[in-house]
Amino acid sequence: MFIKKEIRQFIRNKELFLMTLPGVLFLLVFSYIPMGGTLIAFKDFNYVKGFWKSDWSGLKNFEFFFTSEYAFRVTRNTVLMNAAFISIGLVISVAFALMLFELGKKETKIYQTIMFFPYFLSWVVVGYIGYAIFNPDLGALNHILAIFNVKPILWYSEPKYWPVILILTNLWKGLGYGSIIYYTGLMGIDSTYYEAASIDGATKFEQIRMITLPLLTPLITMLTLLQVGRIFYADFGLFYFLPKNSGMLKSTTDVIDTFVFNSLRSNGDFGMAAAAGLYQSLVGFILVITANAVVRKIDKDYAIF
Amino acid sequence: MSLNKEISHNTDKIILPSYSNKILYSPAKILINIWFIIFSVFCILPILYVVAISFSKELDIVTLGYRLIPSNISLKAYEYILRKPTLIINSYTISIIVTVSGTFLSLFLTSMLAYAISRKDYRYRKITSFYIFFTMLFNGGLVPWYILVAKYLHMKDSILALILPYTIAAWFVLLMKGFMGGIPDSIIESAKIDGASEFKAFFKIILPISKPALATVGLFNVLMYWNDWWLGMLFINNEKLVPLQLMLYRIMSNIAFMTSGVASTQVTALNLSDLPNESARMAMCMLAAGPMLFIFPFFQKYFVKGLTLGAVKG
Repeated sequence: MFIKKEIRQFIRNKELFLMTLPGVLFLLVFSYIPMGGTLIAFKDFNYVKGFWKSDWSGLKNFEFFFTSEYAFRVTRNTVLMNAAFISIGLVISVAFALMLFELGKKETKIYQTIMFFPYFLSWVVVGYIGYAIFNPDLGALNHILAIFNVKPILWYSEPKYWPVILILTNLWKGLGYGSIIYYTGLMGIDSTYYEAASIDGATKFEQIRMITLPLLTPLITMLTLLQVGRIFYADFGLFYFLPKNSGMLKSTTDVIDTFVFNSLRSNGDFGMAAAAGLYQSLVGFILVITANAVVRKIDKDYAIF
Repeated sequence: MSLNKEISHNTDKIILPSYSNKILYSPAKILINIWFIIFSVFCILPILYVVAISFSKELDIVTLGYRLIPSNISLKAYEYILRKPTLIINSYTISIIVTVSGTFLSLFLTSMLAYAISRKDYRYRKITSFYIFFTMLFNGGLVPWYILVAKYLHMKDSILALILPYTIAAWFVLLMKGFMGGIPDSIIESAKIDGASEFKAFFKIILPISKPALATVGLFNVLMYWNDWWLGMLFINNEKLVPLQLMLYRIMSNIAFMTSGVASTQVTALNLSDLPNESARMAMCMLAAGPMLFIFPFFQKYFVKGLTLGAVKG
């Protein structure tokens, strides 16, 4: 009976099901099979032998990864750099959105278009721009320093400057995006609040503090928590192309994603790469779930699931 | 659509009360404008800098360094690249093939998938949505995925490796679903009353009225495929299949790329600084990045729509 009913239902839905089928299969192949493939982290993988025939190695890959100096370093770099991106990006994006909101429509549009330019560049191209600026012999920065009689700095071998460089570059590329989202949020605020406030004689800053920011808080909370949920994933392009994968900069620029890539491609160390990758996926998963649970607690409507 | 109307309506209203005390806020407005003008310069200047280098004389670069305003304008770098254009034409061809076919395939499959799960009467709606959404929460990471594509799907050094791994992205499906969820039920029902099959209704009615959604997601696709270096870096070794961004990366990692090609034949007789090495590299960069920079500002409207919708509903 039950099966019969289910089959009849399926027949009734078969056309829509057929529509979803190619997409579902693509996800099966490129997303779900690799999920099962994470078992590779528990194997002594040999490329020639393949997935099934490689020997199990228990937790050995994880042992190698976590007892190496890298585990701490890449985790620290990933989390701290992302934390800096999130907090600084948030403050500046909101500030920019507030300022844009004070301007006329035409000006806003022009500035937004210009601020969006860097967003359309690939990280490879941004790497070129970075090279033009930081090239120790020919680049702009050392030229400018020379004007102030400062000795040239070998940017690609001095790790201490890179956190700042990466933060600034990330801001430069992402600000158009960030400010536009908060700007749209501002547009959604009911204007009668402001009318009432200005009748009561509230200054602009009072209005921002008492009306705009409280009403923007749900959006800020949600977007920030979403980013926090992804704090374990670094933007590979930024951390790979801008420092030009320079070995001397690794102490501040190596993140989980670049580490996994380099272990795989430069060292061919599948075990280490797979262990680090699974570590990232698992912690990342826990973080997203937690972040969402927190959003859910604050306001159900803003939770993603 | 109605959302847009509401927004413009709101701004008209807002401007009135907050600037009723105009005298007080005009200086602030001027300051804000000055700030944004300075910041806009910051956004564009680095790009112009690369353009300037690409038009510099190689000898000037070697002696003076990269200059924002070249002391001598020279087209030599572009001449040099275009004299033997096989490299760049080849990469352009690959990038165009990948972008066009990838975008169409992705749009086609994404819109079908999104449409089905946007239909409230589709029986497997919830489970399919979750199946898609879960791929955003958890992924197997680089290594198993790499081994699958390279070893088991045999896509190494195949143009398919530059297209298929990106075809279905959960985020795009959900973005499209957000758009399609807004299609009134009455439209779908009227199509069904006419006796049209689901496929016919989809192609004849749903797709045409979803043009804005297709444009938005399509643009994201174009940007994703055109700017991608990741798939190339992982799976492409064959010179003939190198897309633009990968070519740029290869040039960057090989410092003396321009000289290396001719080294065996001519360089011994030539003065090395005559070869536009530094400027040619930047010229290559501009030839690769140029199209995006020229095309995308025109489509910004769609782009912003997608970004805001994606951020709020994603």
